[in-house]
Amino acid sequence: MTAAVLQRLAAMMPPGRFLERPEQLAAYESDGLTAFRVRPSAVVIPETAEEVIALVRFCHAEKLPFVARGSGTSLSGGSLPVEGGIVVALNRLNRILRLDPAQRLAVVEPGVVNLDVTATAMVHGLHYAPDPSSQSICTVGGNVAFNSGGAHCLKYGMTANHVLGIKAVLATGEVVEWGGPSRETVGPDWCGLFTGNEGLFGIALEITLQLLPRAECYHTVLAGYRTLEQAGDAVSAVIASGLLPGAIEIMDALALEAAVAAVHAEYPPGCEAVLIVELEGPREVVAADRERLDQIIAASQPVEARPARDAEERMAIWKGRKSAFSAVGRLSPDFIVQDGVVPRRRLGEALRRIGDLARKSGLRVANVFHAGDGNLHPLILFNGRVPGELQQAEALAGEILKMCVEMGGSITGEHGVGMEKRDYLPAMFSPDEIDCMRRLRAAFDPLGIANPGKMFPSAEAPSLQHHGLHPLEKAGVISRE
Amino acid sequence: MNTVLTPTSAEELVEAVRSTPRVIAVGAGTKPRLSQVEAVRISMAGLRGIKEYDPSEFTFTAAAGTPLGEIADALAERGQYLPFDPMLVDAGATLGGTVAAGVSGPGRFRYGGLRDFVLGVRFVDGTGRLLRMGGKVVKNAAGFDLPKFFVGSLGRFGVLAEMTFKVFPRPPTALTLRLRGGSQILSETANSRFEFDALDIAPGETDMLARLCGPEAALKTLSREIFARWPGEIVSEDPWTALREFRWVNPGASLIKVAVSPAKIATLEGLRCHLSAGGNFAFVSGEAGELDERLCKAGLSGVTLRGEAPLWLGVRSRPAIAQAVKQALDPVNRFPPLDD
Repeated sequence: MTAAVLQRLAAMMPPGRFLERPEQLAAYESDGLTAFRVRPSAVVIPETAEEVIALVRFCHAEKLPFVARGSGTSLSGGSLPVEGGIVVALNRLNRILRLDPAQRLAVVEPGVVNLDVTATAMVHGLHYAPDPSSQSICTVGGNVAFNSGGAHCLKYGMTANHVLGIKAVLATGEVVEWGGPSRETVGPDWCGLFTGNEGLFGIALEITLQLLPRAECYHTVLAGYRTLEQAGDAVSAVIASGLLPGAIEIMDALALEAAVAAVHAEYPPGCEAVLIVELEGPREVVAADRERLDQIIAASQPVEARPARDAEERMAIWKGRKSAFSAVGRLSPDFIVQDGVVPRRRLGEALRRIGDLARKSGLRVANVFHAGDGNLHPLILFNGRVPGELQQAEALAGEILKMCVEMGGSITGEHGVGMEKRDYLPAMFSPDEIDCMRRLRAAFDPLGIANPGKMFPSAEAPSLQHHGLHPLEKAGVISRE
Repeated sequence: MNTVLTPTSAEELVEAVRSTPRVIAVGAGTKPRLSQVEAVRISMAGLRGIKEYDPSEFTFTAAAGTPLGEIADALAERGQYLPFDPMLVDAGATLGGTVAAGVSGPGRFRYGGLRDFVLGVRFVDGTGRLLRMGGKVVKNAAGFDLPKFFVGSLGRFGVLAEMTFKVFPRPPTALTLRLRGGSQILSETANSRFEFDALDIAPGETDMLARLCGPEAALKTLSREIFARWPGEIVSEDPWTALREFRWVNPGASLIKVAVSPAKIATLEGLRCHLSAGGNFAFVSGEAGELDERLCKAGLSGVTLRGEAPLWLGVRSRPAIAQAVKQALDPVNRFPPLDD
């Protein structure tokens, strides 16, 4: 980018909302995938949709690459800046434009924090279902761009299943509005196509989200097992029973160790795995279902099963689970979170193979996963100060992803492809299929200026560097999942 | 053009698409208006059958021409179902036709519609390439979500060959209640703690049909409380099959799907219609001219499934990107334009 272009860009923004000094840019160099770092030419901080539209049109006219960014929690490097490009920081577009309890929906700007939607809707007995672990900090715009998930996807789906309408500025500068208050559409599902575009199509300006009535009642059980296989078998038994739990999660021994160290979580002793199953719904329904669940768990021969007796005990179970990621930071100076998916029935086999791969590479791997939908999150522990260990960890992560595809699964369940997994896209899709996706991308962004370098395998890769944990992660503010 | 091609495999489907400059796929013809275009027809009847079904995965994969009934039976045998209540099952509607038409039923209310359960597609694009998008597992975020885009795309962007769906365990019992108050109690019931499975108003009725699903013991207790709040009674005969099969629509009359929102259902007042999914969509039968006018005024849109009415009613936006995406998937205009 020439100095003249930068100057004209600066002239578009009021003072304080155009950043170009190195110390100002530093905070935007990296996201949740801390192994990568790129300094953008500038960061712009729009406050209105009109400003975002003007910025994108400027980028289009100048063929200037741009990366939209919310809170920068992407674990796939989705908001990693582009050299010679700008970052459009959307955090100030953080208004909840409309809350419509009668129609159970909210219209929000992209910079609204995920959890704030639920916090606002709660007085009406409603909530926004998708709950990525970073939900207290990640933004809806980022959730939409990467089709984020969470612990409740089996029953409630991912972000795409909750987006009813999108107003967006495409990379061409065209402004589109799709969908709206209705939960149904007529004609092709454009919102469905836009959600999960990884920032390659444009920037969402207004998002209509469906809200759901909050479950009235929960029944949460934590059960410890001698072996991972036993825990896996218990999951199969729950699934086979015809129950539809809101969440089914498993943590392995190393993840348990981390949770104990971090939040003093307490687990049955001598367990290689802990299973968490949660039922939710009207209290009469939960009462009937819990009897069945308790029988199934009892029959699965746990070391111990602990149903949460009250809301406090339930929160404690989830606190241990949700802290597991950042807690692993206590066991190791660095770690990589993976996000593969395997068919549920092959979970046990997948975990055995991950163990074998880990032993071969000499690195430790902790496993925390959404067992209900086969979504694995192996945490690969390494020490970045040891030369070559980061590359070794990356290689192990790659082996695990290839294994997931081989088993009929996916390279990503909820983090997106981004920068991190783009070289593995060909493991899942044929050259023709990738070509089809490239054509689609070109339809939305003929110049290739919207978040270039993400999703598609590419030659221009920033090199891996060791930077340690994210500062906010060290502070315990954010966690990776 | 009366030519009908009859492929019996994905490879033959590719051949069929490549063989002629203008084609449209047809299933059982239960929504004939959608394929009423000048084009060589590809009958999907020869591509049928469930390819994979593993109940423990909550997924199945079936060829596009598979009748919904065959799928429903196979799922029921293992205590599972497609929660969005696919329509026209007895009429022989196919899975592919249902996706292309984008038609969900009353069960859409609780867990979402067709778009929320389709996980992956195999399709032939306009250049005659057989492509797979999405995945075969219940959770997947790799690549663009074309499977969702195909829902409601009317075969104008590609021919679906095969689809993978998510399924759910079927609740042990269902109970239908008829509640007084109809549209007046739509938002109260929808926001209530009872987690209704469906909230519909049948054509010509003013009462609401509210379906509850779950363990039998719970439903009895719940229904007592529900009646204390909204007077009504338990419906003993099954009202859903007749709605599912559109038995209320006169032969030859038009049938139009309208996407509406609960706040705008007054737009449809006085029209012969089945209001479904808590007021989120409606099937309307009757004169299209007046409906078109009303939809335009209300900023709503509809698509004609049967009858001689124009394909699209109400507001239509055709942004430049729609044409660009069409070009990306179908550069030689092998399939009819969306407006045809």
